[in-house]
Amino acid sequence: MKSAVIVFPGSNCDRDLAVAFETATGTRPAMIWHRDTELPDDLDLIGVPGGFSYGDYLRSGAMAARSPVMQAVAKAADRGAYVLGICNGFQVLTESGLLPGALLRNAGGHFVCRDVALTVENAQSAFTSRYEAGEAISFPVAHHDGNYFADAQTLDRLEGEGRVALRYAESVNGSARNIAAILNEAGNVLGMMPHPERVIEPAHGATDGRRLFEGLVEGLLARA
Amino acid sequence: MKARIFVTLKGGVLDPQGKAIHHALEGLGFGGVNDVRAGKLIELDLADGTSDEDIDAMCRKLLANTVIENYRIEKA
Repeated sequence: MKSAVIVFPGSNCDRDLAVAFETATGTRPAMIWHRDTELPDDLDLIGVPGGFSYGDYLRSGAMAARSPVMQAVAKAADRGAYVLGICNGFQVLTESGLLPGALLRNAGGHFVCRDVALTVENAQSAFTSRYEAGEAISFPVAHHDGNYFADAQTLDRLEGEGRVALRYAESVNGSARNIAAILNEAGNVLGMMPHPERVIEPAHGATDGRRLFEGLVEGLLARA
Repeated sequence: MKARIFVTLKGGVLDPQGKAIHHALEGLGFGGVNDVRAGKLIELDLADGTSDEDIDAMCRKLLANTVIENYRIEKA
């Protein structure tokens, strides 16, 4: 199983995500620098990590979305590789058009950094197969721009197609319909503001995030 | 040749920055401010002859996120 984590200048969750990938897959992911124009062949799983890529200049994720490596990520997603964008990675995926909508400044204007209660909305996806539908879980969030926005038509479509993967159990940042994580149409790209990679070891204080990575690997093994 | 690009949030998109500015103005005792919306001004110094199409493409591809923002181009 081959995985990779994309590293932008200003990424700061790339190593945590690499540990989560390595723990789940048993193999160390390739760390790919933003200037690279090609990814290793036949990647199964690509992580777009959290952080403050390019200092959040212009808009969060805007610069990273236009970096050379993201075209390669889009191509890999197109051929079916799993792509997981967390926090800033979610912002990069919306800015690059791999996911619909946009992430606005939190409604309260404050940076939110705490554990949040989430509900698993879709437990059928490759990313959530190890959870139960309706299950209550808790992941940490740490973001300033996590207020998910899309027009009503797009939101209805996301809901209707089961593409809302996770929802906040209560309002955290003003997100439309409390959306915390969404899938692309094909179901192989997930963007989420909460950080599953920060809750995979008992030493983290919780392990709710571990099943996300394990489920992905399980799905990939079944697919191979 | 210069172009000024005004990027503003679309109507209906929440603007916490504008709200904070509004509250600060009220705190300073300025009454009669009904609403505040904050945006961005991006000044481009362009080679003469840069086409309008190119400037528009710059706005669409990078300078504005048209999911949430409008832009207006002013050439000087």
